[in-house]
Amino acid sequence: MAAKRKTPVKTRNPDLIRGVGKYSRSKMYHKRGLWAIKAKNGGVFPRHDPQPKAPAAVEKPPKFYPAEDVKKPLLNKRKPKPTKLRASITPGTVLILLAGRFMGKRVIFLKQLSSGLLLVTGPFKINGVPLRRVNQSYVIATSTKVDVSGVNVEKFDDKYFTKEVQKKTKKSEGEFFEAEKEDKKKLPEDKKEDQKAVDASLLKSIEGVPDLKAYLAARFSLKSGMKPHELVF
Amino acid sequence: MPFKRYVEIGRVALVNYGKDYGKLVVIVDVIDQNRALVDAPDMVRGQMNFKRLTLTDITIDIPRVPKKKTLIEAMEKADVKTKWENSSWGRKLIVQKRRASLNDFDRFKLMLAKIKRAGVVRQELAKLKKENSS
Repeated sequence: MAAKRKTPVKTRNPDLIRGVGKYSRSKMYHKRGLWAIKAKNGGVFPRHDPQPKAPAAVEKPPKFYPAEDVKKPLLNKRKPKPTKLRASITPGTVLILLAGRFMGKRVIFLKQLSSGLLLVTGPFKINGVPLRRVNQSYVIATSTKVDVSGVNVEKFDDKYFTKEVQKKTKKSEGEFFEAEKEDKKKLPEDKKEDQKAVDASLLKSIEGVPDLKAYLAARFSLKSGMKPHELVF
Repeated sequence: MPFKRYVEIGRVALVNYGKDYGKLVVIVDVIDQNRALVDAPDMVRGQMNFKRLTLTDITIDIPRVPKKKTLIEAMEKADVKTKWENSSWGRKLIVQKRRASLNDFDRFKLMLAKIKRAGVVRQELAKLKKENSS
C-alpha cells in the first residue's frame, strides 16, 4: 500500500452544482500535478506491483467443540460518564439531607468525589454529622453558602471511606456459642483528627454569620402550610 | 350596594390571570362588552378580557389610546407607583412576594425573630397582669 497522507486531501475541484465540477479533466490533470509525477517517473505513471504477502499461519482444527452452540455476549464498550453535579451545589453550600440517619440535618458541602458522591461535614461539633459521603439525589441544595476557602479536602477520596475488611477467624464449636464478644469498632484516632482539622476553619467562618450556627444545628421539617413546590430554598 | 370602581379610560387595573399575572395596567380603550385595550409602560399595548382584570381605586388622566410617551408621563404625574405601594392592597402584595421569596435560612431567622417577639410580649403581659392583680 502506498503511504497514506496524514490529512485526507479535500477536492481541488469545487462543485458548481451537484455532479458538475468547475474544472475539466485536462485542467484537473494539471492541478493534481500528474504531469510532475509522470515526469519524475520517466514519462509513465509509476507502477506498484503487489508486494509478496507473508505466508498465512496454518490454522489447526480446534481440539474441542462444545456440545451446543454457545452464543457469545455482545461486546459492551460503554464507559459511564462521571455524575454531573447540579449547578446549585458549590463548595460551601448548605445542603439538607433527605434520607438516612441524619434526615433533615443541614450540612456543608465540601467536594464531589470521583465516584460522584458528595463529601459533606456537619460540622461534627454543631450537628453531629461527621465527614460523610452522600448521594446528590438525596439532598436539597439551599442558596446559603459558607466560606470554605480555609479547608483542605485534598486527602479525602472514596478509599478513605471504605469499610475495613475483617479477617474471619475460624471458631471452634464451643467458642461459637459464646456471646460474640467482638468489641464495638472504635473510630480510629486519625479519623477524629481529620474531622477536627476540617471543622476548625469551618467553625470560624460559621461563627462570623449571625444565627448560622443555630441554623445548622436545627433539623429541617415541613410544617403545616409549607408547600415544597412553592418553597424557595 | 352601588359600584364604586368603574371601567373608564385611565382606570388602573391589576391583571389576575395569564402571562402578565400581577402587573398593573391602564385601560386605554374599551373594545366591546368583554374586552378592553390595555397598556403599561413595560408591555406592548394589547387586548384583555375584563375577567382577567381587577379594578383598583387609581385612575389617571389620559386621552383615549394615548401614545406610550403620553401614557408614561401621565402615570408619573399621577404617581401611580407610590399610590399603589402605599395602599393596603399594594402593601399586602409586596409582603406576599417577599414571603414567597424567602430562603430556608431566612425562614429560620424569621422563626427566631417571631419567638423573640412573642417572648417580649409575654413578659409585658405578665408584668401588666401582676400590676393589675396586686
